[in-house]
Amino acid sequence: MSEHLPALLVVVPLLLAPVAALVGRWKVAWAVAAAACWWTLYASVSLLQRIRVEGPISYELGGWVPPYGIEYRIDLVSIFVAIIVAAIGAVTIPYARTSIAKEVEEDRGPLFYAAFLLCLSGLLGISVTGDVFNVFVFLEISSLSAYSMIALGKDRRALTASFQYLIMGSVGASFIVIGIGLMYVMTGTLNMADLAVRLPEVADNRTIPVAFTFLTVGITLKLALFPLHLWLPNAYTYAPSAVTAFIASTATKVSVYLLLRFFFTIFGETFSYEAMQLDMVLMPLSIVAILAMSLVAIYQANVKRLLAFSSVAQIGYMVLGISFGSVLGVTAGIIHLFNHALMKGALFMAMGCVMYSVGSVRIEKMAGLGKRMPWTMAAFVGGGLSLIGVPATVGFVSKWYLVQAALEQGSWAIAGVVMVGSLMALIYVWKVVEVAYFQEPDPDHEIREAPLSLLLPTWALVAASFYFGIDASLTADVATQAAETLIGGIQ
Amino acid sequence: MSEGMLIGFTVLLPVVGAMAVLVLRATPNMREAGTLFAGVATFWHVLGLLYLVQEGARPRLELFEVVPGVPIVFEVEPLGMVFALVASFLWPVTTLYAIGYMRGHHEENQTRFFFFFAIAIAGALGVAFSGNLFTLFLFYEFLTFCTFPLVTHHQTEEAKRSGRIYLGILLATSVGFQLLAIIWTWQLAGTVEFMDGGILAGTASVGVLSAILVLYVYGVGKAALMPFHRWLPAAMVAPTPVSALLHAVAVVKAGVFTVLKIAVYVFGIDLLQTLATTSWMAWAAAATIILGSLVAFTKDNLKARLAYSTISQLSYIVLGAMLANEMGIIGGGMHIAMHAFGKITLFFAAGAVMVAAHEKKISRMHGLGRTMPITFGAFFIGSLSIIGLPPAGGSWSKWFLGMGTLESGQLGLLAVLMVSSLLGLYYLLEVPVKAFFFKPPEGSHHHEGIHEAPTTSLIAICVTAAATIALFFWPELWYDLMTMAVSGTGEVAP
Amino acid sequence: MTALGLFNYWAVIVLMMVGFYTLIARSNLVKKLIGLNIFQTSVILMYVSFGKVTGGTAPILVEAAHAEEVGETAEAVGGVGAEVVEAVEVAGEAILYSNPLPHVLMLTAIVVGVATLALGLSLVVRIKEAYGTIEEHELLDGPS
Repeated sequence: MSEHLPALLVVVPLLLAPVAALVGRWKVAWAVAAAACWWTLYASVSLLQRIRVEGPISYELGGWVPPYGIEYRIDLVSIFVAIIVAAIGAVTIPYARTSIAKEVEEDRGPLFYAAFLLCLSGLLGISVTGDVFNVFVFLEISSLSAYSMIALGKDRRALTASFQYLIMGSVGASFIVIGIGLMYVMTGTLNMADLAVRLPEVADNRTIPVAFTFLTVGITLKLALFPLHLWLPNAYTYAPSAVTAFIASTATKVSVYLLLRFFFTIFGETFSYEAMQLDMVLMPLSIVAILAMSLVAIYQANVKRLLAFSSVAQIGYMVLGISFGSVLGVTAGIIHLFNHALMKGALFMAMGCVMYSVGSVRIEKMAGLGKRMPWTMAAFVGGGLSLIGVPATVGFVSKWYLVQAALEQGSWAIAGVVMVGSLMALIYVWKVVEVAYFQEPDPDHEIREAPLSLLLPTWALVAASFYFGIDASLTADVATQAAETLIGGIQ
Repeated sequence: MSEGMLIGFTVLLPVVGAMAVLVLRATPNMREAGTLFAGVATFWHVLGLLYLVQEGARPRLELFEVVPGVPIVFEVEPLGMVFALVASFLWPVTTLYAIGYMRGHHEENQTRFFFFFAIAIAGALGVAFSGNLFTLFLFYEFLTFCTFPLVTHHQTEEAKRSGRIYLGILLATSVGFQLLAIIWTWQLAGTVEFMDGGILAGTASVGVLSAILVLYVYGVGKAALMPFHRWLPAAMVAPTPVSALLHAVAVVKAGVFTVLKIAVYVFGIDLLQTLATTSWMAWAAAATIILGSLVAFTKDNLKARLAYSTISQLSYIVLGAMLANEMGIIGGGMHIAMHAFGKITLFFAAGAVMVAAHEKKISRMHGLGRTMPITFGAFFIGSLSIIGLPPAGGSWSKWFLGMGTLESGQLGLLAVLMVSSLLGLYYLLEVPVKAFFFKPPEGSHHHEGIHEAPTTSLIAICVTAAATIALFFWPELWYDLMTMAVSGTGEVAP
Repeated sequence: MTALGLFNYWAVIVLMMVGFYTLIARSNLVKKLIGLNIFQTSVILMYVSFGKVTGGTAPILVEAAHAEEVGETAEAVGGVGAEVVEAVEVAGEAILYSNPLPHVLMLTAIVVGVATLALGLSLVVRIKEAYGTIEEHELLDGPS
């Protein structure tokens, strides 16, 4: 069984999704989903251990030899992303049990868990596959299930948000397919490793830059890089809390992974950065993302929306790191990918607790919550500190690497931008903190602390965001190795 | 107990005290006994470390690596010892004072107060014992955040506004400048370890190192160098024990201590002398000294006046560091201790007046000295120390700072020190003079029924005032420690 | 080849632009979906054009011998896809096949497109129920 683990990682949640949908009972469906989520976490961790010992795993799907058949190729970067997805899934699922029961109508429960599993399997699929068309298929599996999960939100604006995301997401995916098609027509292969070998031979042809451009636009749309982020704030704001927590910490991260895969593994950094001058596009956009979106976040009255804009800014940090094209920069990007998943997951989960107890996440409804919901708000402060980048939190580790990468290039101003971004994060986090701790609670409303089933997953992520901030040697190690693999190409 | 364990235990003790506060929150007497006990125990352990340091040892505790190559390290060296001694000695004393003050003032949320108070001390000790720049920065920021609930203790609109200024300035400087400088140092030197003789020498051009120095000095917002000083007056909205211990001792001294430590162990005196910006920074400090004193003049609110006096006095220490010679560093280090004892006495007295007479304004304290002689007597002694007159400890540190200016040939800076002392003479002594020698306003009865401050507070005031005088007669401990700190600087780093 | 010789690609581009324009400019949500679908169809057409080999027949195995020959030559050349054309030419007498892979890929893409359309339409139905309109400007202006 263990030799088929790469395939099972994707197939198990995929097959259990219809089971969850068909059992019809809310609790059974949850149990199926939970079993699948926890199993994938186990599977991905054991794959990581194998990779650290044996090096990258290549799995031939259906026994067809690559490049003819579909290959699953799992190296350190893939498994790193897969573990993030699986871990967030494993933490979200117990949280979803209580949160979804409150926020989604009961008869839709089993369908929700089916969609959740599909999304999980799609995201895992993207991270492990070594075939570019397969990437598109998994991308659509995860996106379609994400659209439907977002539409389950109670607010009717969730529907329009989901529709908007569907339109923009499909356009993005179509751009990716066009890019893949153009690469195929020039090289006759869809296998990533094979593409990496063949593309340089035809790189002079004008089709390749066109393919590159389509892919860049498609992927940046999916990862919500400014100014293609318009779908994100509404989708995150009106989705059910558990969905927001899951998607915010995984979907955009997987897209960042795709960016890394296409630019480094397939096109190679020489082509991406020297011929196409990718950094000239990504760097200004990510800087604007950091500054402008943090500024917008400051003025939001809905805290989930505030966090959503902050997410767009944080994606700017990841892309900024990648745009340096250096080992240090890519390391910073990859580390922040992981770190941001932890802190945003924790923050959105804390907002889910507020949603559960208060019924709204508008900032004025949070007056006095520091007293009424001490654990929830403490979790929010913990996640917020990480967002600001206070030492001993994961946010600091990201900043440490990012600023180093900037200084290595001699980019003073960019190091400054990172710092200004942190200070803006301070403003928008503290805005919430001040309302929660300095205003008197409304005496007419009896607000109770969220139940333990919500608090425990939230605090698990908060604790992780402190743990990996104090002892970042593991993540830093893996990220550095991953960056070296990416930049060095496929060995 | 091994040396490393001793350090870890010392830093953890205040945290244990904080936990005790939480556990014993139902019975205020037990709760306060808990912090008091933790305070005494912490001081006892610091004394144990002092003994080791005096023997010439440098106890070291290396914990795990946070990012590869950057571990959390504690190392007790003489300079850190000075700061740790001051903070840990004054903590139990302030606790004693706070018991009387908080009860006398009928403050709410006392458990939270004592909890964060203890945590803040742990942060200060962490700063004092930090063995590399990263650990220092970690505890520096930790101190910022755990004092925030103390500053905003009253949770009023005013407290919220002050809290914003407090957090905003301290974080903007530390994240914007200091962290940048630290990462830059790491990039240039490949290490963030504190070493005798510094780590930056020869790693980059003089221009770049000069720029880094400016980043560091302004990056340490807790040193309150103008124009980044506004947080300190803002923090005065806190209950007086907080202003006394944290904003006259622990937090602000953590700032100037950081400047000294960076000057001595990151740049090294020899390198500092060659940098162009060193004298600029010295003059920036000189400007702050004068401006701080002048602003203090204009303040009628006693705590605000003391705050600006603190701003002015902190720059003495920055100035000492930027003189870049042994005398300057010794004077700066000694001033950490001397100013701490003097200023905390002043704050204690100010708080006692608030509790007993509910009076904040100096102009309304006429004649109060007759009803509160001990309080104003202590205020007088504290003032002497801050001005630098015998028989108070402050005269020693000012002496060495003056020697430092002479050694570097900067007569202008010496003049600044003199002028500032003269200004201090006026704005500080005005208070006891008015209290003792002026008559209360005609026909007013608002001094009737006023007694001295609560007994525990009085004890604390007497202890610090006595210590201020004792420091004049026995300054050897601080002098010896500082000599040890600077004498290591001539050696080549291992 | 002249520009006109690539007329199917011109068709792809025109369809793509038509779809994209509809998607952006139309306020009606159903029309937006139609635009999206036209856009996706153009991509499908593009892929199908990729697979077409001039003079090639449907890729159905007629004679085993020929197929083996083609396969061997293809392997010798060391590739698939566009290079199969080369292989076929080398094989000389072999039957000219069109490349089947793009067509197979598009089967998947069609399925994806249908799923997207179905989800989109069902969202439109729900939006109509919730808001009473499917015009985007009314959705945005209306009370939230």
